[in-house]
Amino acid sequence: MGRAKDVLISAALLVVGRHRRPRLGDGERIVPDGPAERGWESVAIVLFGLAALSALAFPILYGLDVSPSTQLLGISLGLSLVLAGAGLVVTAHKLVVTEEIEEDYPPEEHPEEQELVDRIVQESGGRLTRRRLFGLALGGAGGAIALALVTPVVSLGPVFRISPLLGTPWRRGRRLVDEDGRPWLASDIEENDFYTAFPEGADDEELGSPLILVRLPKHALRLPEHLRDFPANGIVAYSKICTHAACAISLYRTPLFAQDEPRRALVCPCHYSTFDPADGGSVIFGPAGRKLPMLPIHVDRKGHLRAAGNFDEPVGPSWWGVRLRKPNP
Amino acid sequence: MIRKVVRFVDQRSGGAPLLRKTLRYLFPDHWSFLLGEVALYAFVVLVATGTYLALFYSDSTAEVRYHGPYRPLQGQEMTEAYHSVLNISFSVRAGLLIRQTHHWAADVFVAAILLHLLRIFFTGAYRKPRELTYLLGLSILGVSLLEGYLGYSLVDDLLSGMGLAIGYAVAVSIPFVGANLAELIWDGPFPGTHAFFSRMYIAHVFIFPILIAVLLTAHLALVALRHHTQFRAGPRQTERKIVGMPTFPGQTPRSLGLFLITAGVLFLLGGLAQINPVWLWGPYHTYSSTNGAQPDWYLGWLIGALRLMPGWDFAIGRYTVIPNPFWGGVLFPLAVFGFLLGWPWVERRFVSHDYGYHNLLDRPRDAPIRTGIGVGVFTFVAMIFVAGAADRIDVLFGWSYTSQIWTYRIAIWLVPIAIGVVAHRVCVELLEGEQAERSRRLAEELARRDGERHTLEEPA
Repeated sequence: MGRAKDVLISAALLVVGRHRRPRLGDGERIVPDGPAERGWESVAIVLFGLAALSALAFPILYGLDVSPSTQLLGISLGLSLVLAGAGLVVTAHKLVVTEEIEEDYPPEEHPEEQELVDRIVQESGGRLTRRRLFGLALGGAGGAIALALVTPVVSLGPVFRISPLLGTPWRRGRRLVDEDGRPWLASDIEENDFYTAFPEGADDEELGSPLILVRLPKHALRLPEHLRDFPANGIVAYSKICTHAACAISLYRTPLFAQDEPRRALVCPCHYSTFDPADGGSVIFGPAGRKLPMLPIHVDRKGHLRAAGNFDEPVGPSWWGVRLRKPNP
Repeated sequence: MIRKVVRFVDQRSGGAPLLRKTLRYLFPDHWSFLLGEVALYAFVVLVATGTYLALFYSDSTAEVRYHGPYRPLQGQEMTEAYHSVLNISFSVRAGLLIRQTHHWAADVFVAAILLHLLRIFFTGAYRKPRELTYLLGLSILGVSLLEGYLGYSLVDDLLSGMGLAIGYAVAVSIPFVGANLAELIWDGPFPGTHAFFSRMYIAHVFIFPILIAVLLTAHLALVALRHHTQFRAGPRQTERKIVGMPTFPGQTPRSLGLFLITAGVLFLLGGLAQINPVWLWGPYHTYSSTNGAQPDWYLGWLIGALRLMPGWDFAIGRYTVIPNPFWGGVLFPLAVFGFLLGWPWVERRFVSHDYGYHNLLDRPRDAPIRTGIGVGVFTFVAMIFVAGAADRIDVLFGWSYTSQIWTYRIAIWLVPIAIGVVAHRVCVELLEGEQAERSRRLAEELARRDGERHTLEEPA
């Protein structure tokens, strides 16, 4: 019986311990030893345990969909990560040794290796007789292939067609409608408020479409000669798109307190470009570099507002050709 | 067990020597060295949460009507893109947590990079042989700003649409080619076609993240090849000898712990601190905008620059050479990045004339000119950043927007110079103080030795 046991044990040792090699001697440790820190070890174990509990709460909260779920899920997941992290920090500072080892920085350079690389390249090209021409041809081929490879990028957009930037859907006779397509009556437009209008039957989202309408008292209008007949019954229509950075102008400053706010103004909330609605849309303040485009309008026999033509200036932010032409047509 | 795994790997890869070297690779210890690590961990959280969000997001601009659980938007027309983000926020369980964590992680990511950059700059860590590491880091920052901008533009709520409108205006403002470039990117004039949203999406989830990952890998590889810089804490640290703790066991639990804590804090923020409540703003239309709109913090310096520019386009005859948004939206960030990119070379050529290798860091006071100029440039950018919030300051403190802008237009030039000069002076005085302290100690030491000699002589 005892013999059988011995055989079994030695067989097991043979199987399990077959590849075992002698360990490093105890005297020559690589990582220095330190005292046990049972207290801190307990702290780390508790932190990891709490992290596990907090993490286990996540699937439970998720499954039960307890409200407020975003907050509870965030606390459970966030806390478990922070606790586990804290456990690791305790481990780093208290449970493993903090070594301060010094060693050499890597060498600044390797002159021999540099020399060898240079020679390898030089000697490899030793059979070439017209090196410069060879290099030129190879480089030329590379450049041409690169050019060919980037050519399809042009398909991304109408890169050479800039006329859409100058176009707007406004034409003589086109009615001004609101967001739901109902035509604006001149009598809808009251003083000290502003209104948004669109060209009937066109795309509202086009930069050339939206208008901002305000009614000014007749005496307040100070329009230059060529814009004199642009308003209708004191109603002025401007492009709603700021000429600075294409945001929508959605603030109308009316002089409720003459001292603080001396002039009526249309203001863009993005960078506070400020335009004067009384004199054709000139820039009073802010970064816009061009006046606000003005649309000529008139009132038809039913009292509806209609365009009397296109804007006096191109709509939208400035680009290289923005001053070259008037809006189409 | 460990032995077995190592043997298995080594027999198949021959990697044991490399693994052994990696375990004993040295990390000098200083709290400020962790800033870059935080950025790295925020990036990991961004990739993880972003991948999850991508499984629910739709980049379609097709119009749909909202019939979800959020009442105020019931029945409103909106793009599928915005609709899918509302769904992530209200209908996907844990969706809002992941979305807000993603947004917080983006803000923390850029903040950590910026603080890391300031540490690198003011300690001269960019000097030879680490200029390439520095350039790679700066390009990560640049790409990250664009990546973040694309991220919140994809939401297609009112704020993101306004941001895109500004982006379009900045693009068309580029001299000579801007309009053509913008037509290429937007597939026509703003707001572009459906293709534009697909492009933003693929750029945000594929092209830019991979670019960041590649730059990051190169950045870290160079850090490892040249080893970390160190402060001179005592006589042991020299330009030739690095003093630090090894990857294992010292650094691993520290770094892993920092990773878990960073991720944990981001998830706590994502769960508890509301960020970008996209449902409040409603869908974007080119004809709508809202007051008090602010971008994510890391674009605040650009909105400030756009706002501060006086209102003129530079035109010759009827040809517009430089439309206004170019100054604040392109030239200003280019100048700031140009300064940062060029500084290591400018400094060694004109300031320090120091072409040597450096593994020891400067304290800010050790290089008064660098510190003065750096503080000045940082103040300049910070003031423009504050100018970007001038409308908020008007609302909160009642200082009129117009007079603020006029004040900033002048102050951004004068104040940075003043603060830079003061910073330079402080550095010089600190150095002189140290010098005086050293001489005093030396004199005391001499006096003490002198006294000792007398006491030794006395008995005789």
